[in-house]
Amino acid sequence: MNEIIVIVGGGIAGMEAASQLIKLGYSPIIIEKSDRLGGHVAKWNRLFPDMTPAKDVVDSLIASCKDANIFLNTEIYSVNRLKDRYNIMLSNGVSISARHILMTTGFKLFEASKKEEYGYGIYNQVVTNADLEHWFNGNADSRMDGSQMGAVGFVHCVGSRDEKARNSQCSKVCCITAIKQAIEMKEKFPDAEIYCFYMDLRLFGKKFEDFYTKAQRDHGIHFIRGRVSEVGENIEGKVIVKAEDTLLGKPIKVTLDLLVLMSGMVCNSENAKVASMLALPNDSDGFFMSTDNIMNINSSPKKGIHYAGACTGPKTVPETLAEARAAALEIHTSIKEQQ
Amino acid sequence: MNELHPTGFDYFVLPFTIGMIFVLLWCLGGAIRIIAELDSEDRKKFFKSLVNPKIMAKNIKEWFCDCLFHVKLWKRNKLLGYMHSSIAFGWFMIILIGHIEVALYIPERLHQPWYPIFFRYFVAVTDSTMKGSFFFFLMDFFLLVVLSGIVLAIIKRAHSRMFGMRRTTRASLTDLIGLYALWFIFPLRLLAEGFTADISGGSFLTQSLNNVLHSFLSDEANILPTWWAYSIALGVFMVILPFSRYMHIPSEILLIPMRNAGVKIRNPRKGISKLQVYSCPACGVCIDACPMSAVKANTRDTTVYLNRQIKRRNERRIAEISEKCLMCGKCTAVCPVGVEGDKLRIAQRSLTRYNLSPDYSTIDENVFIDRLGEKKRILYFAGCMTALTPSIKKALTSVMDKAGDEYTVMDEDGGICCGRPMLMAGRTESARAMIEKNTNIIRSSGATVLLLSCPICYKVFKENYDLEGIEIIHHTEYIDRLIAQGRISPSRSDLSYVYHDPCELGRGCGIYDAPRRVVAAAGTLVEAEKTGKENICCGGSLGSLTLGFDKRKVLTENALKNLTIADPDTIVTACPLCRSTFNRYADRPVLDIAEIVDQATEKK
Amino acid sequence: MNAFGFKLSPSSAINLDKADRSKFDELCSIEPDAVRCMACGSCSATCPASGFSGMSVRKVLLCLQRGKEEEAFKMMSACMLCGKCTMVCPRGINTRHLILSVSRIYNKEEKK
Repeated sequence: MNEIIVIVGGGIAGMEAASQLIKLGYSPIIIEKSDRLGGHVAKWNRLFPDMTPAKDVVDSLIASCKDANIFLNTEIYSVNRLKDRYNIMLSNGVSISARHILMTTGFKLFEASKKEEYGYGIYNQVVTNADLEHWFNGNADSRMDGSQMGAVGFVHCVGSRDEKARNSQCSKVCCITAIKQAIEMKEKFPDAEIYCFYMDLRLFGKKFEDFYTKAQRDHGIHFIRGRVSEVGENIEGKVIVKAEDTLLGKPIKVTLDLLVLMSGMVCNSENAKVASMLALPNDSDGFFMSTDNIMNINSSPKKGIHYAGACTGPKTVPETLAEARAAALEIHTSIKEQQ
Repeated sequence: MNELHPTGFDYFVLPFTIGMIFVLLWCLGGAIRIIAELDSEDRKKFFKSLVNPKIMAKNIKEWFCDCLFHVKLWKRNKLLGYMHSSIAFGWFMIILIGHIEVALYIPERLHQPWYPIFFRYFVAVTDSTMKGSFFFFLMDFFLLVVLSGIVLAIIKRAHSRMFGMRRTTRASLTDLIGLYALWFIFPLRLLAEGFTADISGGSFLTQSLNNVLHSFLSDEANILPTWWAYSIALGVFMVILPFSRYMHIPSEILLIPMRNAGVKIRNPRKGISKLQVYSCPACGVCIDACPMSAVKANTRDTTVYLNRQIKRRNERRIAEISEKCLMCGKCTAVCPVGVEGDKLRIAQRSLTRYNLSPDYSTIDENVFIDRLGEKKRILYFAGCMTALTPSIKKALTSVMDKAGDEYTVMDEDGGICCGRPMLMAGRTESARAMIEKNTNIIRSSGATVLLLSCPICYKVFKENYDLEGIEIIHHTEYIDRLIAQGRISPSRSDLSYVYHDPCELGRGCGIYDAPRRVVAAAGTLVEAEKTGKENICCGGSLGSLTLGFDKRKVLTENALKNLTIADPDTIVTACPLCRSTFNRYADRPVLDIAEIVDQATEKK
Repeated sequence: MNAFGFKLSPSSAINLDKADRSKFDELCSIEPDAVRCMACGSCSATCPASGFSGMSVRKVLLCLQRGKEEEAFKMMSACMLCGKCTMVCPRGINTRHLILSVSRIYNKEEKK
């Protein structure tokens, strides 16, 4: 019988790892708490920087891991460790015994309403990056449907690099996501003025800088270096944004038809239960702590438990996939060593 | 009674007599100085109050209730109350009855101050003694009462939790000397009177002790040394008194009438400030009360230590303690003698020299006046903090719309600070400039009601602004009134709410009931463990100048633990600062009172 | 001096060689977070005085570090100590106490 590998989380990391493990001759079991695979990426419309449809990525991953044993709507009920094996009880009554568990539990989007001053959930015309993708995917949203957009604003770093929001880390992908969404909004509303309010632009990845240049040159998107500090609403329901143009050193105010908050990636608080069952330590940012952030990002301090993807920190899609493959290889190597 | 000593004097009375003269002179001098330090207006007020029968009656009541019976401590903890009142009242009665005895039996000795104290040494019983047995009994009874208090005090040193106190004050050296002297006075008195009980008479306590003593000690030479010891203990206590916490005993006697006369803290060190500092009994009730005490290191920054450092003139520590305080006012609320820890600190803050002269001439209030638009009945000043919690502003304006009230928002596009933060920093003059500008704007609006959603603003508008003819109202009172008048009728949900009293609204302005009525109209009201006057500050207060963001988390979590004792569905408060502070760490929704009312109210 | 339609303003350039940072170091010992400012501008944007006096805690900090103390003082004179900047600072800097500490440490008389 093939060795069983338990994968916790059916997002892109979990699926990619499962497909690699199948190729290596193992029997992965994916445990997913929601009713579908694909995690956050499945909710996204297109991916930077090549505007790849997210659906294509998710569909191809689902196809490649179809031979895995997949439990949807399932959570881990309890875990017992017996020597080098973990006995896992699932919420659907199934119990599994495995030597290796791969955590691909991912991240959570920062709850934008926690930044009270931005008025998410209070002002009608304030949405999040996730709301926008949801709308891009063809779902109705009265805030955007049929409206004439004169001006749209994007607030970078919502809940990221913010100790008041209890997340001091940079969420890494919001800068490029904001630029992507700004371009997409400009394409949908060519007459609209688009403003990006940023603290620092962190465009580190392949072709990211080109994307930024494109946004400036081809789409005329305005970049304002200043963090939005207050959001108000006028009688017509438009939002009034206050920031400082820090490059000019002057307070700035603009009236917008739509304000998009770039909610950052934060640690998945739902991980806490599993983490406590397995006694996995958290890093200072709340994400899982790897044994080493350079050499062993995939390994946990607990024998037989591995990590992949955004459960150890904010990551892009390609980084997550690469980590999933690395984790699969790591599991494979350690099984070979045990034999 | 017969006198045994023709002069009514023995050398052993000297320690007591010297101590007593010293302490009396010291207190008299101190009282004169403090009264002289008051500014002339306050002094006039004070003297006038002394001939005002209503205030005088209050003074007399408080002298008995506070100085002798310690009613406030009884309310806090029965054992703690008994301990203090047994010593204070018992001692008072011993002195009183001692004088009565002298007045009855040997009235010519009344002018000798030591005579009533050492009465039993100087007299011998006669056949008519039985007439005095009532007094003998009383003297023994009150001695027993005091002794029981002393026993409790000794127990309290080791087991303060029995007395409802988690933490107690760390005693200073002089406090310890005073403490031990006090502990010795009464057992020594018992012993001394026990030796002489067969001569001078005694009751159940002293007479029995006398019998016991005589069974193995018949030498009369033991009598004098015990009286010496008793006198020395008294003398030591009296001499150390001005330099120890026991100074609170005479100080409180003056503080009570001065407080009732309405004398306010004006100078950081003089007058009533000094009196309050010396009235501090170092009981340590403020240590447990202080929200900062959630972190052990902070206990050294509570009011009791502020008072000690002011006495020691340790300027560095005074500034440190004063600047750190959150200004929640809880120490003032719980203080059994009425030391105003928060106001005392604000006064200390005014001593810090800043090399910056604020200049608000660039701030032109006409900019704001021009934005006001047409005259409406209500002028709503959201304030700086509400600007950062737009949900409160939106909910409150929505409630006003639903009630059909007309309003103008005074600071729709920015405003001038109310001045309270500046006042709390001890910079009265700068605050005055802002107060003037805001007064101009408010007067120009023509509104008759000034509505506030921030308790910090509310307090300053209420206390420091001169806005006669304009009603100043907090939104909790406003909504309470709307419901009472039937202008809005929120539907009751099945959610349970705990109400957090914001410091500035509760302890600051005494508004406790209106918000609770409002919450009860929208759902089930549950209470926190410590609530109302004793509620714990959220930790976000701008009152503290030095407490950093990272240092506040523990305080907030401690306050949340207190609030969620009854496991409410939602935490409700009425202050934008409390709301956002709690929201950061709470495991359940935190909403403003206006938000829950708005959600529960249908549009008409 | 004005012959060419402009005038030389010798103080506009910053000479770091001449900037005295000893007082700034003293400030940092009281408020170590002072150096953690990432110049996001939240404080200036929310400041009720910024529209009038150009008050900006962010700029005050920069001015002090670059030896432009007079400019810092000019901005600070309209501070109302309301605490909004402290509330919005994403780095949790106690800006209000920072302002008070600056005005205590930097003595204008001494500088002249």
